This record gives sequence, structure tokens and C-alpha cells, in this order.
Amino acid sequence: MTGAAMLTVVLVLAPLVAIFGYLLYRGFVSINWAFLTQTPKPVGEAGGGMANAIVGSAIILGIASLIGVPFGIGAGIYLAEFGRNRLGRVVRFTADVLNGVPSIVIGIVAYSIVVIYQKHFSALAGGVALAIMMVPTITRTTEEMLLLVPQALREAAYGLGVPRWRTTLSITLRTATSGVITGVMLAFARVAGETAPLLFTALGNTYWNLRYDQPMAALPLQIYVYANSPYDDWHRQAWAGALVLILLIVTAVSAVRFAVRRGTFGAA
Amino acid sequence: MPGPQPVEGTKVTAAPTHPPAPLLKASGGELPDRIFKSAMTLCGLAVLGVLVLIVYELVSGSGLSWHAFGFKFFAASDWDPVNDQFGALPFIFGTLVSSLLALLIAVPLSVGVAVFTTEMCPKALRGPLSLFVELLAAIPSVIYGLWAIFVLVPILSHYIQPPLHKTLGWTGLFEGAPLGYSMLAAGIILAIMIIPVISSITREVLVVVPQHQREAAFALGATRWEMIRMGVLRNARAGIVGAIILGLGRALGETMAVTMIIGNTPQIAKSLFAPGYTMASVLANEFNEATGDVYRSALIEIGLALFIVTIIVNALAQLLVWTVTRGQPARGNV
Repeated sequence: MTGAAMLTVVLVLAPLVAIFGYLLYRGFVSINWAFLTQTPKPVGEAGGGMANAIVGSAIILGIASLIGVPFGIGAGIYLAEFGRNRLGRVVRFTADVLNGVPSIVIGIVAYSIVVIYQKHFSALAGGVALAIMMVPTITRTTEEMLLLVPQALREAAYGLGVPRWRTTLSITLRTATSGVITGVMLAFARVAGETAPLLFTALGNTYWNLRYDQPMAALPLQIYVYANSPYDDWHRQAWAGALVLILLIVTAVSAVRFAVRRGTFGAA
Repeated sequence: MPGPQPVEGTKVTAAPTHPPAPLLKASGGELPDRIFKSAMTLCGLAVLGVLVLIVYELVSGSGLSWHAFGFKFFAASDWDPVNDQFGALPFIFGTLVSSLLALLIAVPLSVGVAVFTTEMCPKALRGPLSLFVELLAAIPSVIYGLWAIFVLVPILSHYIQPPLHKTLGWTGLFEGAPLGYSMLAAGIILAIMIIPVISSITREVLVVVPQHQREAAFALGATRWEMIRMGVLRNARAGIVGAIILGLGRALGETMAVTMIIGNTPQIAKSLFAPGYTMASVLANEFNEATGDVYRSALIEIGLALFIVTIIVNALAQLLVWTVTRGQPARGNV
């Protein structure tokens, strides 16, 4: 039976090795300076790159973080400090359930509330969609990290006369900082690779665009479009883009793992 | 003598004292505390608000299609945007078949990996092994799709589909041209994507099984596999079922990888080699191209159906997993 179990491990790790290996193999040869600094060129012309997609992804993720992180951390603080009642249970369950909503459905919702009112696609709509996806993850991990802070720390602060809001912000939150940042980066890494919510919110753009109220290119979107195209050159660029995307995400996930090892306060 | 002593002859009057400021009152006594609590409660309510918003937008957006087709929408098979006839059955079929196929492949593999990691693996390997499996979860869906188009589909159409057709073609499940872009490909890529989900939660519930269960099984003379089966897996049954259902929930909503390799043909076919279409894929492909109000409303109605199904599946799974782990927070490193 041990053999069977080891076989399953091999079968599970095989696609991982295959995907990463093939990604490195196809992507590495295609990444060059032109790829990282140029916008897409018409098919048939040499060169061209995904610079606008890389920058666009960064902008959309920035907007998403600006909206999602404060709400997420606030909701996490609410659940940890004030949420030991029925309302807290409902909010907690809702956050867990929201984690499982398909990303394309969230794209539809962002389309309905932002794109329809603005009458055009925009990076803002994409940011809103990704923010909606970040909030439940950040909420739950913030709550867990705050609950790990020993109650004695809070009580010591109260005993010294520190008001509740100050205790929560300066003592509890500060103690749990690395854990909270872990949660934020986990959510960030998850939405960084999301394509579906951006399909009808940010739409994508083949030109340079830095305005938040216009359609904007994003790395996953560009990979999707190029992968489905019939052109070999675009396939090559899709692999390069995929490698860039996954390098960014793996860096974030590894940093998260490293921080967790240092940051969990008194956890088993 | 301890403490300051009053000088002889002076009167000692007590200084007027204010009542001590309420620091731990549950209702939040002072104004800054009240503002803080209100602000945080607002954030918590925002989470509820998001859910309400999603439901509202989906329901109001699908109203037009609901008025036009009613329940027949989910039983009809023709998807004809030109004549404004919309039936969602092919997509429901595609979603269900691809997800169930993915579960069929993923569950034995995930449970095997989880059992190996918790029971049989040398302690030093546990961390790296769980890291690798979690790395599978970190890969974005579109990259899975990219790899599937250029690696999985050719392998399927050249090396796997012809032998399958020759040996098992009589079942009717492996008929038709070996295109590669098929329900089979979608099932395989979905399986790879949900293995980390099922395996990490299974690992969590296996770890929570008390050690004395294992020792008791050994004391009764069980072999290692019997100990795992009787002492560990049986105890963690509810949690493993919950993990499987969570994996199902993830598979139901998966969009990009499936869209890229399922063939995008709204048909109901018996063969796994036939291309299909899932609810999420039709949304991804056709939402931006929806030319009429009824068209868009029909698509939003499909989105609503997908939303309701995944909510129910995920809520059920959360309940099952919670009963086993009793709401303990997830620990990443086992």
C-alpha cells in the first residue's frame, strides 16, 4: 500500500514538474528586453512585447488592493474583536462562502455595477472585481492572525489605560502584522493570476494606457488572447508572459511561506 | 514611613476625582471607541453587502430571460442567439460531466497524497511535499489552459485517445475523432487543478484524528494499511467528504483552463472525446459578444444558476469540514 500511495504522489507531482519545466523551457527563450518594454506589434512584424500588460496588471492590482485591503482588514478586526456573536457568525460564514464564488460571476457583478454606469470598460471595473475577490480571503486570515495574539497582551494594555481602539490598532494588530501581511499577499497572489473577472471589466488594451477609466491590458488577459490565436509568434509571447506571471506569483507565495515561519505568534 | 506625609497643621482635602473612564465596557464607552467599533462593524457588514450585491445584480440582470423562458430555460437544448432561443441544458451537462470526471480522477490521487504525507512520509519530506502540492494551487488557471493547449491536447490526441478508442471504444464513451479538445481533456485539467484543494483539506482532517486511534488499531494487530483504513480514514470520513465536495465546488466554477480546451460546442454527447461547453465557458466566450438584451440576460441567468449551485455546494462542504475540525483555523505546515 505504501507503494500505491507513493505512486499517487508521483502522479500528482508529475504535472507540476511538467508544467513548470515546459514553462521554463518555452518561456525562458522568449523573454528578452523587447518583450519587457514594448507594446504588442501587429502580427507579422518582429518584436513586440507585453510591457503594457505587465504595467496594466500592476495598476489593476494596485486599485484592487486599495479597495480590498482596508475593507478586508477592517472586517477581520471586526470578526476577531467584536464578532463573538450571531452577526459575527453570519459574517464569517458569508466570507467563507464568498471565497467559493466563481470568479466569472464576480466579473458579471462588477460589469453590472461599474461598466454599465460608466458606459465603457475600465481598469477601475477590473480593480473592483479583483477587490471583491480579495476581501473574503483577507478577512479570514486577518481574523485568524488576530485571534493568535494572546489575550494577556490586550489585558495588559487595558490595565495600563490604553483605550480599546488604540489597543487593537497599536498592540494587537501590530503583533499580528506579519501574519496579516501574509494574508494580504496570499490574496494578492491569488487574484494576480485571475483572468475571468477581467474579461468584461478591464477588457484588455493593445496600446499604452495608464488611465484608470479606460480599458487596460493585463498579463493574464494577454496570455489568454495570445494562446487562443493561430500565430506562432503570439504563442511564443504567451509562454514568455506566462513565465513572467508565474515568477511574480511564486515569489509572492514563497515570501508568504517564509514570513509565516517567522511570524506566527505562539502558534503550535 | 512609607508614602508622603501631610505637614503638621495643614488640612488634607480630597481632590475631586472623576469617575474612572470605562475601558472594557462591551458597548464601547468613549467616543473614539464607539467610532472605531462602528467603522469595523461597517467593514464586516460590507462583506454581507457584497453577497447581497451579487445576488441582487444577478437576479435583476436575469429577469428578462426568466420572463421569456421560465423553467424551460434549464431543460431546453438549443442555444440559438440568432433566433433568440436560449436553452441551458448543454452547459449544465458539460459542467456536471467535466466536474464529475475531474472528481473521479482527482479523489484517489488526492487522498493518496494526503495519506502519504501524514502517515507514511518521513518527517523531513513533509514540508517540501506539502509546499509542492500547494504550488499546484498557486498556478493561475490561464497558465493551466496554456499548458493544456500545447502539451495535454496533443498528447491526448496522439498517444492516449487512439488506444482508448481501440480498447474501450465498445463502451460508447470513447468514440469520435481524436481531436484532443474534448470533455476528457477538460476533466483531466480540472482534476489537476482540484487535487491541491482536496489533498490539503484531507491532510487537515487526517491530522486531527487522535493518535490513540492509530495506536489502538496497532494494538489490535492491524497492519499498517488496515490501521490507516480503520483508525484514520474511517474517523475522518466526514471531513474527507467535505474536502471532496469543496473540490467539486472549485471544479464547477473553473473557467479559463476549461474554456481553452473543451472545444466550446453546445452539444450533449455520450462520448468523452466529443467537445462540450460549460456554464462558465459560455459566459467567458459570449458575454462580450452578447448583442441583444435577452441574450445578455440569458447569460446572466446562467451565471445566477452557477452562483447558486456553487454556493450550495461550498456551504455544504464548509459544514462537513467544520464538524470534523471544529472550526479550528487552517494550519499550513503539517
